[in-house]
Amino acid sequence: MADFFSDPKTAAQISFLLENIPFAIWETIYSTVIATVFAYLIGLPLGVILVTGAKDGIRPLPAPLMQALNVVVNLLRSVPFLILMVLVMPLSRIILGTTIGTPGILVPLTVAAFPFAARLVESSIREMDKGLIEAAQSMGCSTLQIVWKVMLPESLPSLLSGFLTAFITILGYGAMAGAIGGGGLGAMALMKGWALQQFLVIYGAVIVIVILVQIFQSAGSHLVNRMDRRTASGQKKGGKH
Amino acid sequence: MIELKNISKVFPTAEGELHALTDVTLTIGDGDVYGIVGMSGAGKSTLVRCINLLERPTSGQVLIDGADLCAMDQKALIAQRRSISMIFQQFNLLMQRTCLKNICFPMEIAKVKRADAEKRARELLDVVGLPDKADAYPAQLSGGQRQRIAIARALACDPRILLCDEATSALDPKTTRDILRLIKDINKRLGITVVVITHEMAVVEEICTHVAILDHGRVMETGTVEEVFSNPQTEAGRRLVYPDGVHIAQLPAAQVIRIAFNGGSSYEPLIASLAIDCGVKVNILGADTRNVNGQAFGTMLLGLPEDPPEAAKAVAYLKNQPNITMEEVRDYHG
Repeated sequence: MADFFSDPKTAAQISFLLENIPFAIWETIYSTVIATVFAYLIGLPLGVILVTGAKDGIRPLPAPLMQALNVVVNLLRSVPFLILMVLVMPLSRIILGTTIGTPGILVPLTVAAFPFAARLVESSIREMDKGLIEAAQSMGCSTLQIVWKVMLPESLPSLLSGFLTAFITILGYGAMAGAIGGGGLGAMALMKGWALQQFLVIYGAVIVIVILVQIFQSAGSHLVNRMDRRTASGQKKGGKH
Repeated sequence: MIELKNISKVFPTAEGELHALTDVTLTIGDGDVYGIVGMSGAGKSTLVRCINLLERPTSGQVLIDGADLCAMDQKALIAQRRSISMIFQQFNLLMQRTCLKNICFPMEIAKVKRADAEKRARELLDVVGLPDKADAYPAQLSGGQRQRIAIARALACDPRILLCDEATSALDPKTTRDILRLIKDINKRLGITVVVITHEMAVVEEICTHVAILDHGRVMETGTVEEVFSNPQTEAGRRLVYPDGVHIAQLPAAQVIRIAFNGGSSYEPLIASLAIDCGVKVNILGADTRNVNGQAFGTMLLGLPEDPPEAAKAVAYLKNQPNITMEEVRDYHG
């Protein structure tokens, strides 16, 4: 052990970690947040349409259109992320002008994540009590009002919990993006750790990723519980009333 | 006035067409408390949803004060729905909103100013007797309290019609009575027409003025509650009014008569006075009577004495009683 700690390589790795980890954490969080936000900008409306436009939905859309949407969502979800990332590179070049670094992975992450987000949104809204929609219709709500004022607010806790799942999944995808030239903690573990045989760097980066996931998950779950008014026990946890 | 004219509703199913409603015609007058009763599966819920077009009839007309809802475009229909409120068995409150915000909801939809809406909502909380629940969430309330909030919400936009879809079926008997009393009170004070869907005759007895009996998607009979309860004309009506049936075949007596009470004072001791006034003793073989608005309705099966003059005396006495009709039960098999 004494050898390990007195080894100059160890000292170099530790100072490398200390120097580079803050920026890597920043890159990871920043790319994950931006990709998740964009994934939801597309996925949320898409998820809503998957529910409302269905045959038994409140505003059924033509069946071929719905089938096409479902095929696109399933197709994008079935392509492995690493391959999708390579396939999406040309799109990335058009939109952001680059395919490398942290900006380079935003487009692939978004493309990979929005169908996932759409499915999460879809299942959150579907689990809502249908009676609420009927009640809203009986009060003279338009389709848009039902979506805005009933569906989304009533499924908010479930939507948030889905958002959290998506966020953490995208964080994991982002780490993989290191393999094709992305930035962040994943790239650090792969490029500086694995490729250069600096195991301390690998472990350091991985431990930070694990800690980040834990923090987001528990903070997120806490928030979801606070917002959930659907059970009397949830009230007490919320503590507001 | 609500007029349903020749309403039919057919649902396509995997096993073919399901005729939920067949040629239903009903007229519900302003200020009525109109009960639509039937067993489960009779089509009650579909019928009440035809009144606000949550279900669009396959054929027929829904006229509210003469205006045909089926002919309206979406915008006109939405406007019309604001004057037809609905409450539900499962209350259907928005769980993520406080009670106050729930009551504000229909006003929000109708673009009422927020301050005005909240003021009105607080008034309505008083009307339904829950002034202290403004900031509570529905999950914190009991079933009866939730239904009160739902009623307050239903009244928010000053409706002319209140549809109640099995509104008390999820509640215990005492809460049911309280809620029915509240609905009756609202009907009397505000003059709102109430349509009550239920499978419980007790609910009809408690609050309805008129009743329609629905069976297998068809209206079997309609009338005032007094008429239908005292003398149901159809098999479906009898099944609902006397759910336990009257099994005359099992009753031992020489001659059996059925008397029907048509609304005298409820507990006039008819049988006792029969014994005292003409000294005839009869056996009560079966009875199903009920008290509707302080009047007696229902039937009683009487076994007359074996001695023919005695029996004739009893028959003559009963014939002279007001509010009673009498018939001999001939299909009695001892």
